[in-house]
Amino acid sequence: MGEKRYVGAPVVKKDAPSLVGGRPVYTEDLAPEGCLVVKVLRSPYAHALIQRIDCQEARKMPGIACILTWEDVPGKRFTMAGQTYPEPSPYDRLILDRRVRFVGDAVAIIAGESNQAVDKAMKRIKVTYQELDPVLDFRAAKDHAVLVHPEDNWKSLAPVGADNRRNLCASGIDEKGDVDSILASCAHKVEQTYHVKANQQAMMETFRAYSYLDTYGRLNMVASTQVPFHVRRILAHALDIPKSKIRVIKPRIGGGFGAKQTVVAEVYPAIVTWLTGKPAQIIYSRYESQIASSPRHEMEIRVRVGCDQEGILKAIDVYTLSNTGAYGEHGPTTVGLSGHKSIPLYRTEAFRFAYDVVYTNRMSSGAYRGYGATQGIFAVESAVNELADQIHMDPVAFREKNMVRQGDVMPAYYGEQAMSCTLNQCMSQAAEMIGWKEKFPCRDMGNGKVRGVGVAMAMQGSAISGVDVGSVAMKINDDGFYTLMVGCSDMGTGCDTILAQMAADCMDCDLEDIVVHGTDTDISPYDSGSYASSTTYLTGMAVMKACESLREKILKKAAQYLNCDEAELEFDGRKVRQVKGEKEISLKDIGNQIMCNNEEALAAWESHTSPISPPPFMVGMAEVEVDKETGEVELIDYVAVVDCGTVINPNLARVQTEGGIGQGIGMTLYEDVTYTEKGQMLENSFMQYKLPTRQDVGKVRVEFAPSYEPSGPFGAKSIGEIVINTPAPAIASAVCHATRVQVRELPITAEKLCRGMHPEWFGHGSPT
Amino acid sequence: MKIQFQLNGKPVQAEIQPDTILLDLVRKMGCKSVKRGCETSNCGLCTVWMDEKPVLSCSVLAARAEGRRITTLEGLEKEAQEAGRYLAEEGGEQCGFCSPGFLMNVLAMERELDSPDEEEIKEYLAGNLCRCSGYMSQLRAVKRYLNRRKEG
Repeated sequence: MGEKRYVGAPVVKKDAPSLVGGRPVYTEDLAPEGCLVVKVLRSPYAHALIQRIDCQEARKMPGIACILTWEDVPGKRFTMAGQTYPEPSPYDRLILDRRVRFVGDAVAIIAGESNQAVDKAMKRIKVTYQELDPVLDFRAAKDHAVLVHPEDNWKSLAPVGADNRRNLCASGIDEKGDVDSILASCAHKVEQTYHVKANQQAMMETFRAYSYLDTYGRLNMVASTQVPFHVRRILAHALDIPKSKIRVIKPRIGGGFGAKQTVVAEVYPAIVTWLTGKPAQIIYSRYESQIASSPRHEMEIRVRVGCDQEGILKAIDVYTLSNTGAYGEHGPTTVGLSGHKSIPLYRTEAFRFAYDVVYTNRMSSGAYRGYGATQGIFAVESAVNELADQIHMDPVAFREKNMVRQGDVMPAYYGEQAMSCTLNQCMSQAAEMIGWKEKFPCRDMGNGKVRGVGVAMAMQGSAISGVDVGSVAMKINDDGFYTLMVGCSDMGTGCDTILAQMAADCMDCDLEDIVVHGTDTDISPYDSGSYASSTTYLTGMAVMKACESLREKILKKAAQYLNCDEAELEFDGRKVRQVKGEKEISLKDIGNQIMCNNEEALAAWESHTSPISPPPFMVGMAEVEVDKETGEVELIDYVAVVDCGTVINPNLARVQTEGGIGQGIGMTLYEDVTYTEKGQMLENSFMQYKLPTRQDVGKVRVEFAPSYEPSGPFGAKSIGEIVINTPAPAIASAVCHATRVQVRELPITAEKLCRGMHPEWFGHGSPT
Repeated sequence: MKIQFQLNGKPVQAEIQPDTILLDLVRKMGCKSVKRGCETSNCGLCTVWMDEKPVLSCSVLAARAEGRRITTLEGLEKEAQEAGRYLAEEGGEQCGFCSPGFLMNVLAMERELDSPDEEEIKEYLAGNLCRCSGYMSQLRAVKRYLNRRKEG
């Protein structure tokens, strides 16, 4: 490998001209004419049994191809969670169930020739429900008299402490040292509870998929998904058909952020096509995407932290109560990150992390960028900020005394060692950028407004250690260009381009010489998928391995053609030549010659997995301006410094960071989730679910403090998820420094602050 | 009912229902750049021009296109690629799903406003949501695009 030309360069994404040119490259654009329109009739009740469902009249409506109810689908339970098999998520789903478990749960599938025909038929389906008491309060769900999943064929494949007879999706504890006695001896302590709601990923392209039978009678599924190989397995389970009968293709995706790591919509067109033989497509409305999808797990987290007189943190105790909703997708795993990716930010003598994940009759949760770490970091970083405030120590200085450093072993992070960590540099750089010393803690602006600053740290992982698999296949074509076949899912993040950058540098060729082929489960090598911040780190290593073996094969083939020993040869990306001699052959000639009279394919196929999951680290700092009368918050400035190891593509890494912070700002200040007493979610459109606009995010400034991760490709770690984790605690603390009101339940609204600042205006009632 | 209008500079006619939405009509007529991100006129993804003025095609009845000039990104290919290049050079297109609607408004803003400042740009484009980028790269791209002649 020669000089790096592409790794570290702000390369434009390979698919950019198509995307900015509005080319038809997304699922709906590609669907064939005449696809059946598939829609789902949804439950109006949070908990009910379907006593009778009469579709006779609806089935006779013009243009209706089929209507399916719980009586028409296989009875084997499965999970929609896109995870490696055996999934930690319980098998608690049917495509359609007689028991409906949240407002919006699927009752019937209707397929017809047009939207209008399907809508009309849906109105003619007569359902008689037996309403049941729902479990709506997640704090009361464990051991509740009402069970969300009383059924006998509910199944948990992994030892995660699940028990459907107790409404438990998972339960567990991890600890080191005697937390209680150490906390008892601490000079200063904070014990508080923090609440994060079930925020929606709200990617611009809602859930969608279409299916058809191919020449061989196999079910072909084109889906907007992050996990094509898991879709294949899950559809096989759901339809109870062999996996060999299914092919999954991923086109361009209009955003995922974890939402599409759950197979939310694919089963509906799949069963229609499988039963009717006709192509079928489902497009979720935004309404459906808001009420019946895979949002963040609502978590309530109790944190106890304590330090000595000097501000040395001694112990952290975290208890997380997570609400998985009606089904258990990602329930047992997201909760783990709430402790395992918050507690290790600090050196402490002892820690305890305990958790329960409960079923309720609310929308099922799923994977959302940050995956539990976001919730845990909001809680732990807020508690640390409150502790620093309590002892009148600058929270930056407090962290500098206590933060994890390179070389540390992290007991709360599975005992892994931080081999690459510039968190301390992130902190000083961020403080410099925002002008922390001048601005901390607050400045009265003299116009009824006050500005405050706040800080938070974050970490995440890079792939799931010992589980995730990244694979690529690479081949040489005539004229010597390469095809790089990947099984990961570019969802706009640019991984197709990033992997090509790495491959081009490994092969010493131009980026244009690498053709990337996105995922088709019939063709692509198996990759567990693009989630858990895995692709750059894991699939990147697979690229490096594949390039290494391809280079060896090129030398071997050249030695054969040149009639010499391969040890005499070197490859510079264009030609193979003798180091001390005259013989040479170009890659172009090799590529062309192997098309004739050849017995060995010039191709490499490599997988990679990692026993460790090196954390990226970052620091975020916020400056807010609060109206002292109304409590209105304006975000003035947000700075972030990220250690993601080597930055492979600075433009794409920067936009990942800015975008993650934007979503973090949304959940912190704007995006609320509330339910009616009957369990209906109220923020069911973009009218009520307030995504931040470009006028709501202030100024976000990003810098990098690269470390070098020895186990990653070119020293890289992940970046995709960590970037959402700092805004909530940093903004909450900035607001607190401005107003002395610490909001512990997101979002931080003007109303909560107003109540906190002026309790006398409201009589009784706690602000937060 | 039958309507006649101009689509991307060409006279066309279409058979529509009284409740046909303009967004669905132009997609059906091959303009797949036009996307739907919500149904409540909040996201800006479906922006097209009606007589050179941006409208949300999810909230316009197709019947209202009668006799009008409708322009989608397909009709502005060269300009879209040029403005889009600035976006891509910042890595700001990301998933790309909101790019067409965004670019339709950027190009409309260029025609409507003379040297807009940062606040004016943000205000003009406030109706275009993007969930990937956090907006900073879009702002950098728009500023560079509008100043491209000065940049040389």
